[in-house]
Amino acid sequence: MKSIAELNQIKKDALARISGNNGFRVMVGMATCGIAAGAKPVFNTLAEEIKQRELSNVDLTITGCIGSCRLEPLVEVIDPLGRRVTYAKVDPQKAARIVAEHIVNGRICLDYTIGAALSAPN
Amino acid sequence: MSACKCNAHLDDPRAEKLRQIITKYRNTNGALIPVLHEAQELYGHLPIEVQKAISEGLNVPLAEIYGVVTFYTQFSLMPKGKFKIQVCMGTACYVKGANSILDKLKEKLGVDIGDCTEDGLFSLDVCRCIGACGLAPVIMINDEVYGTLTADQIEGIIRKYQERPV
Amino acid sequence: MNIYRAHILVCNGEKCNSQNAQAIYDEFKTQIKKNKLEEELTVVQTGCIDQCSQGPVVIIYPSGVIYTMVRIEDVTEIVTEHIIRGNVVNRLLGGENINLDSVIKSLDQVDFFKRQVRIALRNCGVINPESIEEYIAYDGYQALAKVLTGMTPEQVIEVVKESGLRGRGGAGFPTGVKWEFTARAKGDQKYVCCNADEGDPGAFMDRSILEGDPHSVIEAMTIAGFAVDSNQGYIYVRAEYPIAVKRLNIAIAQAKEHGLLGKDIFGTGFNFDLEIRLGAGAFVCGEETALMTSIEGKRGEPRPRPPFPAVKGLWQKPTLLNNVESYANIPAIILKGAQWFSSIGSEKSKGTKVFAVGGKIQNTGLVEIPIGTTLREVVYEIGGGIPNGKEFKAAQIGGPSGGCIPASHVDVAIDYNSLVQLGAMMGSGGLIIMDEDTCMVDLAKFFLEFTADESCGKCPPCRIGTKRMLEILQRITDGKGTAEDIDKLEILAKNIRVSALCGLGQSAPNPILSTLRYFRNEYMAHIQDKKCLAGVCKSLMQYVINAEACRSCGICSRVCPAGCIKGEKNVPYVIDQTKCIKCGACMEKCPFKAIYKNA
Ligand SMILES: Cc1cc2nc3c(=O)[nH]c(=O)nc-3n(C[C@H](O)[C@H](O)[C@H](O)COP(=O)(O)O)c2cc1C
Ligand code: FES
Repeated sequence: MKSIAELNQIKKDALARISGNNGFRVMVGMATCGIAAGAKPVFNTLAEEIKQRELSNVDLTITGCIGSCRLEPLVEVIDPLGRRVTYAKVDPQKAARIVAEHIVNGRICLDYTIGAALSAPN
Repeated sequence: MSACKCNAHLDDPRAEKLRQIITKYRNTNGALIPVLHEAQELYGHLPIEVQKAISEGLNVPLAEIYGVVTFYTQFSLMPKGKFKIQVCMGTACYVKGANSILDKLKEKLGVDIGDCTEDGLFSLDVCRCIGACGLAPVIMINDEVYGTLTADQIEGIIRKYQERPV
Repeated sequence: MNIYRAHILVCNGEKCNSQNAQAIYDEFKTQIKKNKLEEELTVVQTGCIDQCSQGPVVIIYPSGVIYTMVRIEDVTEIVTEHIIRGNVVNRLLGGENINLDSVIKSLDQVDFFKRQVRIALRNCGVINPESIEEYIAYDGYQALAKVLTGMTPEQVIEVVKESGLRGRGGAGFPTGVKWEFTARAKGDQKYVCCNADEGDPGAFMDRSILEGDPHSVIEAMTIAGFAVDSNQGYIYVRAEYPIAVKRLNIAIAQAKEHGLLGKDIFGTGFNFDLEIRLGAGAFVCGEETALMTSIEGKRGEPRPRPPFPAVKGLWQKPTLLNNVESYANIPAIILKGAQWFSSIGSEKSKGTKVFAVGGKIQNTGLVEIPIGTTLREVVYEIGGGIPNGKEFKAAQIGGPSGGCIPASHVDVAIDYNSLVQLGAMMGSGGLIIMDEDTCMVDLAKFFLEFTADESCGKCPPCRIGTKRMLEILQRITDGKGTAEDIDKLEILAKNIRVSALCGLGQSAPNPILSTLRYFRNEYMAHIQDKKCLAGVCKSLMQYVINAEACRSCGICSRVCPAGCIKGEKNVPYVIDQTKCIKCGACMEKCPFKAIYKNA
């Protein structure tokens, strides 16, 4: 890195990729606690489903600890309009449905959202 | 303690690897601990022969190496099981009943803390917080973490490992 | 894996439930079974979907049809018409009024999150920690650029000083002042170190930062290197954190590749390099001088201070040491300014603090709150209260060096000074919530076991003193304590506090002094009445079978590992107390809840 201009160029490109490509961004919380709660198979299922359906507008990525350990594994979906949905206690089966319903059909899986997880009796 | 069964003689293929590790760190400041970490990864523990080799390679007195190895709980003089069970005894886990998990493991495996089962399959240790406190109580078997445990689940988890092909 | 053709969601929120939603759910299950559709369909209960005025609500996926005011009689129709024949049941549709936008869908709408202010954790859960581009996208390395291309080291130190940032590793020493000391120290070589040893068992703030945003620490250490005139840094990480180490390694490699570490950064001629050193499982290595001895490759024993690390640290050279979270705040402070930072927090303590909230609390997890937030807000509003209808008893803060805050002080504003007044300390961020089932004497014993075990053995007050205190606590929890034991504990505690070599020993008595201060009655109950009120201390408690509730099923007798429960048909079972090992297996398994703990 030799100049701030160079840094700013990287910033611009990365921002464009993260939020500007009219696609979905799917983030899986993969810190120690997320992985302990089973985030790896969830990530793999998401990747598999996205590949099988040949979805080119989905940016699937790992992220750090979102903070809410009790609700791990957590998956966040940000749609092309920037709307965020957090899914809690996701397992591979739920992950497959999130791809099919939310990403492909644009319908949020209400029963898996964090709001549902919090208000459901334990 | 009977003679060591791990064949840590220095003519086995690991000896050459150990020499490479030592060479890699020879010019690093404070090389001893990184070397011990890698050596333990290679051998599973740090028998005296390995310590001697490191002593010669790094030109550090054996007594000092032994002092370092026994100071840190991560380093072990004894062989560990094929599956290393670590029961978290951090505060979060303790408050959430880690004791009953530990008791159950002792009962099922028939060993005490720090020991290894006779078949060499499991060793049982306690550790301080693996950083998954949100899921307390937690145990770790090799690299896998099991959280929100109850004593009931222990038997099933152990069986899963017993049935794994060796 | 089962992929279902359709999902039937039945709202299980409070309002819907009061209108028979549970029965509707059960009816769906029955109907589906009857029609042999279990393989294709699944019925799930959801939390409140905020259509309470029109409940009970049923949603069918994948079509997304929403039925409102469903009655149990309607279930058959929905199943036969909608599910089997594919015709929507129009008369049950909710119409225009249905709007699912108000349903809580994302974490930032939840109380747990809304009350937090994220500075140190700003990128955790937002970016991919293994991608330097994403860090850069969110203003990463801008602070470093600003510092290297437009500020002097003195200016950098001035900003950090003015921000009011205090060390987040435990002691709370003003960070800017420490930087200034190190900058002023004379030496041909200086070092910048990061304390990522995170020894407090039950705390994982630093781990989360390293796993979620490793570049922020790298950037901050480089800035520190510029400020104190050092070209070499070390990050000392616990070996128990393999994922953090892996991500740090990736991040360092990426930073080197991009020329953000190494030689001539931003073409300014400034050089800085970083190395990771692994700990090896010794709590004392979190202490600054012990940490440096450990990086040098020796037994991690502390050294007397002075000389302070700022003068003679690693390899006897001037060394700056800060905690992970302290560093993570730095880039934000540089970019947004000291004023911005000092506008957050309380009068005397600025900024935010990350806490790892665990133990007996609904929402365990990581929270970053402005300093000065009350404990009540943390426990009840962010934490969601105590599970299973139990009472909040105390919070343990600061780990083995800290103390507890009893329920009577739940309104305390959490900052460095107020906690010290209560006999606790901010610590590094472990916050363990306890309910009525925790015995405070046992808790003190737990921490003493920890410190006695982790004492490095170099100084006698700590090596011997913690052992003696532990023995006394053992006696008390065994029901063999005497009234003098409490005096002895207090004398020992005060002596160890002033005579131990390092912070480990000096703070080891804190858990005892703190529990004695607020829960002396529990100590007395153990000593005088031979009772453990929480039913934790095994020697002071018995498992007893309530003869009236016992149905003589014999399950307890079969699960008892000691074989000490006897009885026969129609005769209540009895536990032989002389043989009982108090494992509790019988109580756990008794289907009639006839076995109880007699404290
Ligand atoms: C026994 C003992 C253990 C400590 N453990 C840690 C630790 O795990 N992490 C940490 O950052 N500081 C720990 N400290 C505090 C450090 O000595 C030091 O004050 C701190 O790392 C300085 O960084 P700061 O000014 O940014 O807080 C410990 C201190 C003592 C006495
Ligand atoms: S206390 Fe057990 S994982 Fe932290």
